[in-house]
Amino acid sequence: MGRIHLKGVRKAFGDVIVIPSIDLDIADGEFVVFVGPSGCGKSTLLRLIAGLEDVTSGRVDIDGVDMTNVPPAKRGLSMVFQSYALYPHMSVRSNIAFGLKMAGESPEIIKQKVEKAAATLNLSSYLDRKPRQLSGGQRQRVAIGRAIVREPKAFLFDEPLSNLDAALRVQMRLEITQLHQQLATTMIYVTHDQVEAMTMADKIVVLNAGNIEQVGAPLELYNTPANLFVAGFIGSPKMNLLNGAIAAKFGAGTIGIRPEHIATARDRGEWQGVVRVAEHLGSDTFLHVDAETIGRITARAPGELALAAGDKVGLTPRPDRIHRFDSDGRAMRA
Amino acid sequence: MATRQTRILAHAATAPSTLVLFLWMIVPLAMTIYFSLLRYSLLDPGNESFIGLVNYEYFLSDPAFFAALFNTLKLVGGVLLISVVGGILLALLLDQPCWGRGIVRLMVIAPFFVMPTVSALIWKNLLMHPVQGLFAWIANLLGLQPIDWFAQAPLTAITLIVAWQWLPFATLILLTAIQSLDEEQKEAAEMDGTPPLSFFFYIVLPHLARPITVVILIETIFLLNVFAEILVTTGGGPGNLTTNIPFLVYAQALLQFDVGGASAGGIIAVILANIVAIFLVRMIGRNLEA
Repeated sequence: MGRIHLKGVRKAFGDVIVIPSIDLDIADGEFVVFVGPSGCGKSTLLRLIAGLEDVTSGRVDIDGVDMTNVPPAKRGLSMVFQSYALYPHMSVRSNIAFGLKMAGESPEIIKQKVEKAAATLNLSSYLDRKPRQLSGGQRQRVAIGRAIVREPKAFLFDEPLSNLDAALRVQMRLEITQLHQQLATTMIYVTHDQVEAMTMADKIVVLNAGNIEQVGAPLELYNTPANLFVAGFIGSPKMNLLNGAIAAKFGAGTIGIRPEHIATARDRGEWQGVVRVAEHLGSDTFLHVDAETIGRITARAPGELALAAGDKVGLTPRPDRIHRFDSDGRAMRA
Repeated sequence: MATRQTRILAHAATAPSTLVLFLWMIVPLAMTIYFSLLRYSLLDPGNESFIGLVNYEYFLSDPAFFAALFNTLKLVGGVLLISVVGGILLALLLDQPCWGRGIVRLMVIAPFFVMPTVSALIWKNLLMHPVQGLFAWIANLLGLQPIDWFAQAPLTAITLIVAWQWLPFATLILLTAIQSLDEEQKEAAEMDGTPPLSFFFYIVLPHLARPITVVILIETIFLLNVFAEILVTTGGGPGNLTTNIPFLVYAQALLQFDVGGASAGGIIAVILANIVAIFLVRMIGRNLEA
């Protein structure tokens, strides 16, 4: 079980209010990702759930029990830290076993559980090594192993992949997702990387300046962003946000159109422009186009389209994919 | 130093200072060895004669030498024990957030800046004095017989004085080490539900292994040479209960005016210091490897 419920949670450090007030429900077995730019309070929120920080006001319930003033170890959660926070002088085995040892488990049960966790994470042949003898990805797995053996109600991940290189990050992303399917335990995952959020989450919580901007399934956020912030944050490359006359034509303060929803052609299109930069990824080409009257537009073209900087290009947005926002930045639903 | 040329340049550039350092070391050493082979008394100047290893024989067969050797080891060991254990406890205490922590830290470090002679005099006359000392006053208050420190437990008294001077050094180094303990590691231990004592023994102490080694090595170097505290308080006595090797060398040279014998003692002290150093590096030096 791992149902987590936040009610009116507020956190202030002295006069600085980091989280004004947050209400959030996390269902059992859900994979929830907190995503937002640096300093948006996502890590603080995770630490409030973990109990590593005290809430200024509000309530944290876990499985319906008020845990607001319960120390971290008693909340039945385990956490994977950004720096892994392995104990450097202990072997992998002792690292994984440490929590169980502190909980006073018997040596046989500890051995059994550690070996099971090590097998799950492909760590069996490294059990007697010290953390410094491991690669980044292996250390990460040890940190996860340490979390798993405690059989927590929920896992908390604090930007666990940000110290890994790009290739390893993709691999670990997959491994964590598979682990979630295997264990079916609630996981809360903090990241600033919207790609991680989109690929891993059952539910994404977009945070900005301590407030929840939108909560929803990845595609829900992608297709129907609630406001300009979410529209700009989710999706890569970023959604084109246009205002002025062109937006007024749609009866909105700002309109948004994603690069992938703009058709490109050499000669004709609704908007004419000149390619300034063309990023060829092979499968796709991202064109950064200076369009007359409306400014810089990013468009995704198929990889075969051989356009280079300086070429003329015509752009045609898909009308059904245009997002409209009012002057306060809130989405206008048709 | 990537190329041959830069390597040669580096050697050429450091050569003068290497030479000066070498001379700095070798001239006094050579002169001491030379003196140690002479019959050289200040009471009979101008009549030096070569006598071979007689001075060494004389110094090593002196019963005071072994007494001094053991006193030196007891003093070094005692001060190390007090300053390392006390330093860890004080560092843990000073790491706790509390009101006026900055001032408290400053005050804890203060004894390190007091000159050895001054602190020894303060301890002798204001604290440990059997009549007017603070300890005697406290003992009287509790209805106990005051201890005459320098008569009843002279080496312990000196050990306490020296430990008081070196405690701040150990505290300071260990405090910075404790503060460098990774914050996320502490939190990981907190999530693991580690009780305070286990946290200390499983996380903090292993983290401190290296700084403790540094403290022991540095302190040993200086503690082998304790002199001022002995001169000011007991003058090596009663008997030779508080005579350590440096004080014995001093007594030989400037109380008995035997420069040759004192030089031999000095060379023996150098050899002993090197033996201690080898033992230390063997025992605990591996902590310094990455």
